[in-house]
Amino acid sequence: MLELLDSGFVLGQLRSGVTTAIFLFLIASGLSLIFGVLRIINFAHGSLYMIGAYIAWDTTARLPGYGVSFWASVLVAACVVAVLGAVVERCLLRFVYRREEHYQLLFTYALVLIFSDAAKILWGTEAHSVSRPHGLAGSVELGGVRFPTYELVILAIGSMVVIVLWLSLNRTGYGRIIRAAALDREMLGALGTDVSSLYTTMFMAASFLAGLSGALITPIRSVVPGMDVEIIVDAFIVVVIGGLGSLWGTLLGSLVYGMVLAFGIVIFPRFSIFAAFALMALVLIIRPWGLLGRPIR
Amino acid sequence: MRRQTVTGVVVSAALFVIAATVPVLGSRYYTFVATDIVIFAMLATSLNLLVGLSGLVSFGHAAYFGVGAYVCGILMKAGGVPFLAAWLLGGVGGALLAGVFGYFCVRLTRVYFSMLTLAFAQIVWAVCFKWNDVTGGEQGYPDVPMPDLAFLDWLPWIGSLRSGDKFYFVVLMLATVSMLAMRRIANSSFGRILTCIRDNLERTQFIGIDVRRHQLVVFTIAGGFAGLAGGLFGIFNRGVFPDFCYWPKSAEVLIMTILGGMYSFWGPSIGAAVLIILNQYIVSRTEYWPLVLGAIMLALLFAFPRGIAGAVGAAWRSRDRFNA
Repeated sequence: MLELLDSGFVLGQLRSGVTTAIFLFLIASGLSLIFGVLRIINFAHGSLYMIGAYIAWDTTARLPGYGVSFWASVLVAACVVAVLGAVVERCLLRFVYRREEHYQLLFTYALVLIFSDAAKILWGTEAHSVSRPHGLAGSVELGGVRFPTYELVILAIGSMVVIVLWLSLNRTGYGRIIRAAALDREMLGALGTDVSSLYTTMFMAASFLAGLSGALITPIRSVVPGMDVEIIVDAFIVVVIGGLGSLWGTLLGSLVYGMVLAFGIVIFPRFSIFAAFALMALVLIIRPWGLLGRPIR
Repeated sequence: MRRQTVTGVVVSAALFVIAATVPVLGSRYYTFVATDIVIFAMLATSLNLLVGLSGLVSFGHAAYFGVGAYVCGILMKAGGVPFLAAWLLGGVGGALLAGVFGYFCVRLTRVYFSMLTLAFAQIVWAVCFKWNDVTGGEQGYPDVPMPDLAFLDWLPWIGSLRSGDKFYFVVLMLATVSMLAMRRIANSSFGRILTCIRDNLERTQFIGIDVRRHQLVVFTIAGGFAGLAGGLFGIFNRGVFPDFCYWPKSAEVLIMTILGGMYSFWGPSIGAAVLIILNQYIVSRTEYWPLVLGAIMLALLFAFPRGIAGAVGAAWRSRDRFNA
């Protein structure tokens, strides 16, 4: 506990908390978007993140010239996962939109099982790792704390995604249609919008974000089977804390959860995972629709 | 008696007789699989009191199963408590925990209810995973003793069986009593009110029924039976592990319940039997059981939206119509 008096230590934990939060946001925002518009709780969202990580690792290993190839493979991974997401939505998910929640839950859980084994068949069960891209392997000193350059780049990318998401949802015509779809899909369809292709686009965008975060995390964490189920529970905690379907809520939820993980280890070393779930339960009891969400129906 | 009741009794009795003849086959392996099925049938049926009967999709049922297993196991090994008492106390443990958590859960609806049950279950898992002094933490709580089954020795045929077969009979007896109790609850007026709440919450409130209290009571009862199933499983498994409470376990039971058929009393048991037998069959041939399970789930969800029991029931009724 005494470590909390040391500003360098606090800044260091803050740094690790923010980095965790960015990855959580990239995944959870997709989950939240899909829930907000498609009204589906997508368990398979973590699987898309895992597949993004595997593809990024695989492509990086195949491409020559590491500096450029890392970013190329990140892009490849995000795009491939986006296409995969579109295929899943077109061929499978669209048949379950009108079904009960438990049915949808089971359906996307079946996808989790299939994807996790498919990844094992394609890429094996051993852990893989990717080294940091050229020029970003070092660190920068700010206020007595060393910030790895790669994490600063992640911070920049994360902030950009937040801004782009907000602008496209709130300042474009397409964003207005998306918000309308979240409110009343029948009415929107009656007014002449092609709701089903809108859903595919949404699912594709969310999959892109999941693939992107999976690819970007490879230099920080190793790529292993089981990373899908691990991250999906974290993402659920985030969206539940922030509010299902709310963009700012998801951002706030990610930051809160990131900080709980970073500082929970100091305050109660043995029960830091406990703290995250306790927080989720507490928010659900006091404000079931999340800190920044709105009650639905 | 009404015809439906007669069919129910006949089906129940037939299932019991089939289950009781498994040790006759003389294979350790068959008895092992049958014990597994009976315990999970009991767990899935207890979950169905929530999902099918009351429309409460709990995503954390494994917590009460795990707590029952820990309570029963710890009492038997560390406390030297006789089996039957430890088993019942395991059920009480599950019910108490479900009562506390349920108090908060029933205040929420739909997705939020599922999420809160998940959060509570994960808290239980985290505690079991880290509380080394009591639960053995990550390493689990091994070597839960087999109950003393000497009292069965005077019985003509059962007394001469292997201990695994004897334990199977004990499990079968206790599970049968529990299943009959759950069936009684589901068919009681209390059960009818729960279904009424499931179908239309507002109307049930309007006629003056305390919806939350009914939901809390059924949540507690379901937790208690899950705890009883857990106690049996801990002994059967010769140890209790934090995985018992982890969310994929909850998902597994939910799969059994829904694929088997949540709108039928025996559906979840059918689901448990089908999934466990499939698992045994496929695991011996390929390591990719989850892939096969996922594919089967997708196929079944498309083919039988109301579960296996729902499909069989519909076929049965259409046969009647055809004959008439």
